This record gives sequence, C-alpha cells and structure tokens, in this order.
Amino acid sequence: MAEEVKLFGLWGSPFSRRVEIALKIKGVKYEYIEDDLQNKSALLLKYNPVHKKVPVLLHNGKPIAESLVLLEYIDETWEGNPNLPPDPYERAQARFWAKFIDEKCLPALWKALFGEESEQEKAMEEALQNLKMLEKELKDKRLFGGGGGGGGGGGEESIGLVDIAANFIAYWVGIIQEAVGAEILNRERFPVLYKWIDELLSCSVIRENLPPRDKMLAYFISRVQAAKASK
Amino acid sequence: MDNSLTPLVLKRLLVPTLLHLGFRKTLTMADEVVLLDFWPSPFGMRVRIALAEKGIKYEYKEEDLRNKSPLLLKMNPVHKQIPVLIHNGKPVNESLIAVQYIDEVWKDKSPILPSDPYQRALARFWADYIDKKIYVSGKKVWQTKGEEQEEAKKEFIGHLKMLEGELGDKAFFGGECFGFVDVALVPFYSWFYAYETCGSFSIEAECPKLMAWVKRCMQRDSVAKSLPDQHKVYDFVLQLKKKFGIE
Repeated sequence: MAEEVKLFGLWGSPFSRRVEIALKIKGVKYEYIEDDLQNKSALLLKYNPVHKKVPVLLHNGKPIAESLVLLEYIDETWEGNPNLPPDPYERAQARFWAKFIDEKCLPALWKALFGEESEQEKAMEEALQNLKMLEKELKDKRLFGGGGGGGGGGGEESIGLVDIAANFIAYWVGIIQEAVGAEILNRERFPVLYKWIDELLSCSVIRENLPPRDKMLAYFISRVQAAKASK
Repeated sequence: MDNSLTPLVLKRLLVPTLLHLGFRKTLTMADEVVLLDFWPSPFGMRVRIALAEKGIKYEYKEEDLRNKSPLLLKMNPVHKQIPVLIHNGKPVNESLIAVQYIDEVWKDKSPILPSDPYQRALARFWADYIDKKIYVSGKKVWQTKGEEQEEAKKEFIGHLKMLEGELGDKAFFGGECFGFVDVALVPFYSWFYAYETCGSFSIEAECPKLMAWVKRCMQRDSVAKSLPDQHKVYDFVLQLKKKFGIE
C-alpha cells in the first residue's frame, strides 16, 4: 500500500521545523502544506481540534499533533537513524531535557525577549539559569546526541531528540535578539552552547530545514514594530 | 574426555562459571527502587500506580516539601521536585517520563503504553494534554473565589469534558485495557472532593461518564492503593488555603 505522509506546518515555526528535520533524517517522503495562521484552514481545525495548531502530521489519513509526540512517533514508525537511544535510562534523560527545553527554556526566553517590560528582567534571569543548566548537560559532547550510533561521534546520524528540540535555541534566539535589540545568548557567556550551535548548524539536514534568516528577521522586526505601535 | 580430567574440569571450570552466572542473575534481580514522593501529589500517584501495576518492590520516601532532603536536591537538581524515581542509584525525573521508563524496563508484565506507534502517539498526546491543563485549572478552582472562581470552574470542567469526549464509550482511554492516559488522569480523582467542595459543583453531574471510568479504575488494586482518601486531601487543601490567606 502506498504510504501517504502529509505535514501541516508553518515556515517560521520551530515546532514545525522539528518535525521536518526528523522526517528528513529518516528519509521519509512527505507532502508539505503551509498553513495560514490568520485564517486557520478547515483541514487544520479538523485534524487538530484540541489545540488548533501546527505542526500536524497526517499518516495514511490519521492525524497526530504536538511536535515532541511526533518526534517519538516518527522514531517508532520509520527505521534507521533513530533520534532516541535504545537504553531506557538514556531515553528518560533525553525526554527530560526535551521537556525542559519546551516547558522552561522556551517560555523564559520568549518572555525575556517579548514579554511585558515588568516581566523581562525576571524572565531574563530565568532564561540565563536554564541555558546554563542545558550547557552543563552538554558537557564535552559535540551534540546532545543519543541518536543513531550514539552521541559523541558527531555527524547527522548522531543528532538526537534533544538537539532537534533545541532548534529554537540554536537558530531563532539569535535572530530574535537582533530584531529586539537584546542579548541573552552570546559566545562569551555560553561558549559550550555556541560550540554545539556551530556543530548543529553544520549538519546539512538541520541547515536545509530552517527558515531563511533574512525572511525570519524581517518577520520579527515587523512584530516588534507592531507591538510598539499598539502601545 | 579422559576420566580423570572430568572431575577437575567440573571443579575448576564449570562449577565456578555456573555459580558466577547464578550469582550475576541474583544481582540483577535485586533491583533497588526508591520513590521520593509527597502523599497528596497526583504526579507521585502516577508513579505509585505504575510500580504497583508491574508488581515492583520499592522504598517509598515521603518528602517534606518545605524542607527538601539532600537526596531530593541531589537527584533532581534542575527542578527540586517530586516525584523522583531512583533505580539502582540513578534518578528519573518527571512523572510521565518515569512511568514510561518503568514500562520500558519492566516490559514483560502489564504493559502501560500500547504497542502500536499510532496508539502510543495518541496516548502521549492526551497525557500531555492532561499535564498542561488539569493541574493548573484545578488549582485555580480552589485558589480563587467569586467571578475568578466561576471562570476557573468553567475552564476546569471544559477540560474534563474534553477528556470525557475522548474516552467516549471505551472502558479505558486506550480501549479495553488500563493504560498510560488512565494512569496520567486518575490520580486527580483524589482531589475531586476538594475541587467540588471549594467550588460548589459536582463533577458527577457534569461528567457522569468520566465518573464511571473513575469507578472502573478504582477497582484496580494498583489505583485504589495509590490514591489517598479524598477527605484527607481536602483537609490538606484547607491547610494550604489558610497558609496562603485564601479564604
């Protein structure tokens, strides 16, 4: 039976890009459907009635939502280049850090960059702390790894769940910082994390599945201007 | 083989090897499992249920969250929270991650996650929904009053109805068998009396099918023995309200 894989995504969404990266690493052929956020398509509302958000994967007509759920689904459904290691303890650690990124790092970073001025300082402190913890977890590994033939070897086959989940940190934060005129993540403060960013962005499967920098920057600049105009 | 050599081979080689293998097997069987927990925590209850489903012997350690133990701080330096599952000295944090870990390590008995990848994805999706919505909205119900509380109640009941819709006419969220989503949600039942009393509403009246599901779950030893008495939880909530000056 011919396999049908469709991905409803958004060009600028790190969550959507996570799923594309995972599919590409596995060599899965899929049809990409760009969603229009302003006018959420009837299809999106049909396939993700609970959260009404992208990304949503449709595999032979069956929908699945939530990017981290999707990363595990992709890992379990298609063979080769796994993003999770086989050992249960290591899998638990990978899941822990992916969750930490989504529930702690991302919200703190977002608030520190875009939040109300009164909240920004506290959010900044929290974001810095979280990034330090993430950096500590990296230690001297080139990637968070856990994928493929095990961490430390570098190269695309070693990209793991945590590396994919941290795509926002590796790419979006730098662009947003420039748009907003703030600086949380820099090479002096986070040398180990920056080494990881360099390593991750050197992998073609990651690089080729990121939104174009100038387009992304323009988007965030316009958001900043819109926010200022509404004050 | 020469007759005189056989007893020597047995004595010097086979017997020690067999003893060594037997000893090693005994070592692996003596797993050390510790759970750092706090009795009213629905997150802790999830892990208790999973351990009970698998029949795993473990040491339960009650934490005083106002005075966290050095062990807790060492095992969960990032969040400093319970539950923490410690297996042979190594910590697993976050309740749903611990439940999956338990399912993967003790995989030969009472599976908690389904085997089909699509069903597993659905289970993870709904467990994630419960994590994001139920605790926070439930907390707002007992922490607020007046207009704010009415809003909180609407939100909380809305989430329960969403879950009730997903349950449908199935016995459990995964179908015929008790599983991951059931483990994720049923601990909140021990807080229902507290939510209902603080908010003056009836969950049974709002979500009768969900309550029927609760009764089915409570028939399982693993669930009944892992959940504290609802009135005890209510007393605890009253203490919290007093402490935070919420009347």
